[in-house]
Amino acid sequence: MTDLNTFGIADARDALRKGDVTSLELTEACLGAIETSGALNAFVHNTPEIARTQAAAADARIKAGDAPDMCGIPLGIKDLFCTKGVPGQAASRILEGFKPEYESTITQQLWDAGSVMLGKLNMDEFAMGSSNETSVYGDAVNPWKVDDRKLTPGGSSGGSAAAVAADLCMAATGTDTGGSIRQPAAFAGITGLKPTYGRCSRWGVVAFASSLDQAGPMTKSVRDAAIMLGAMAGHDAKDSTSAELAVPDFEAALTGDIRGKKIGIPKEYRMEGMPQEIEQLWADGTAMLKDAGAEIVDITLPHTKYALPAYYVVAPAEASSNLARYDGVRFGHRAKIGQGDGITEMYEKTRAEGFGPEVQRRVMIGTYVLSAGFYDAYYNRARKVRSLIKKDFEDVFAQGVDAILTPATPSAAFGLGEMAEADPVQMYLNDVFTVTVNLAGLPGIAVPVGLDKQGLPLGLQLIGRPWEEGDLLNTAYALEQAAGFVAKPAKWW
Amino acid sequence: MSIDITTAARVAKLARIAVPQDDLPKLADELNGIIAFMEQLNEVDVDGVEPMTSVTPQRLTRREDVVTDGSQQEAVLKNAPDAREGFFAVPKVVE
Repeated sequence: MTDLNTFGIADARDALRKGDVTSLELTEACLGAIETSGALNAFVHNTPEIARTQAAAADARIKAGDAPDMCGIPLGIKDLFCTKGVPGQAASRILEGFKPEYESTITQQLWDAGSVMLGKLNMDEFAMGSSNETSVYGDAVNPWKVDDRKLTPGGSSGGSAAAVAADLCMAATGTDTGGSIRQPAAFAGITGLKPTYGRCSRWGVVAFASSLDQAGPMTKSVRDAAIMLGAMAGHDAKDSTSAELAVPDFEAALTGDIRGKKIGIPKEYRMEGMPQEIEQLWADGTAMLKDAGAEIVDITLPHTKYALPAYYVVAPAEASSNLARYDGVRFGHRAKIGQGDGITEMYEKTRAEGFGPEVQRRVMIGTYVLSAGFYDAYYNRARKVRSLIKKDFEDVFAQGVDAILTPATPSAAFGLGEMAEADPVQMYLNDVFTVTVNLAGLPGIAVPVGLDKQGLPLGLQLIGRPWEEGDLLNTAYALEQAAGFVAKPAKWW
Repeated sequence: MSIDITTAARVAKLARIAVPQDDLPKLADELNGIIAFMEQLNEVDVDGVEPMTSVTPQRLTRREDVVTDGSQQEAVLKNAPDAREGFFAVPKVVE
């Protein structure tokens, strides 16, 4: 029998139903894999006791015959999710020692469905980063490797991507504000889905930019993403932007039949200086969907170029407001203050010590674009451009386009530390293909499609109509079937 | 628009982040780089365009204005760096 930790959700579910394995066995296999995975630095807070208790309960429930699909499945949870009594610090020093007194809606739903929590996963500090290098826990490392260099698993959900790719868990939760599920999924050769804004509750997920943040599944297959999304999604009265929509059976949508579907290829995503390999991958993916019976149409999303600059106004603006709560009073780190220091000095020292450089930079940019005199020039202008970007998508969907195919990232995974000297904007370019989707609130999925000539995974992104994750997942499923991506990283850790 | 050292210091103050005097030139440089990137937005014709406020066209849900939670003083204070006698403790605020 294959190592149990290599199972995905669907395999594990079916094996559990047949009585071939128990959740305890699956959980032990993952806990064992986690124990020897220190070099990846993916898991940062382990919860083996919780895992074993939940697994035993799941086994009893499966035996009783009343178990949902996610029952007994061992998962990794991004450190951004509040899980009661378990350290959660959004990979930031400022939340050192913080143990939430409450549970996020999404994790609660997963535990209610019988899933098993293995621990918390590394990420960029407050989800701000594209390489997992801004984390207080240190870099998470990509299990994929081609030479002596350690590669980034991407960010911000870098620990989630590394853990799933290295088979430390069956699947993981991620969050995506500008590409933080899809870019790491592409770098690690796994599937990552950002649902429509409002599909999954944001309650109990540490906020970065509230109008862009959306949690989603990071999994070993499209089917797994469909199953896990079903358990994560749903209306929540505790999140005022959560949609009051029924959760469809996403897995039932996976027929693989995409005949007659219209797939748009946006010309603006053909970036200058784009590596030939990415261009080729995109052409290959287009051909695969065409062979599966889809109709390929050229489309235009004219404001694409302005998505990144608009994002880097809107996201820091919202972040500067959201992160105002970290002041050393109610939770987390408080700086030692000097004699004569008042409360303002306490705030300033606490935030200088607690926030890393990238978070400080974004909070200050946000503060600047919201400050008197600049609010209209930057923040309001960016929000208007955001309206235009959303309209670009509405126009192509109105023309009958069902999904849009684009590259997921402008390159394969790069080496940790290689961007250290680059200016911040260079790092932001990682999000160039993904950020439009957050601005427009649409669902997007990254699917591994091939390897580059060094042997590193490359992914493509499919963008769907709002609330039609089922249809989007089905198109992704057809792409996955055609691409037949089965490569796994060779174990070195 | 460019950010000089005085502006950088003002932004840091507004953000309540202590930045040592010596680090201000580098901060101003970095902020300028990012602001320059944002200047591209000036190329876009936004005349008559409404700023986007809500991602999905929905009215934020409201609920009845009644107490739904409470009496959790211990849980609320549990993570405080300094809590005394049922309160968050902070340095002296009023002279």
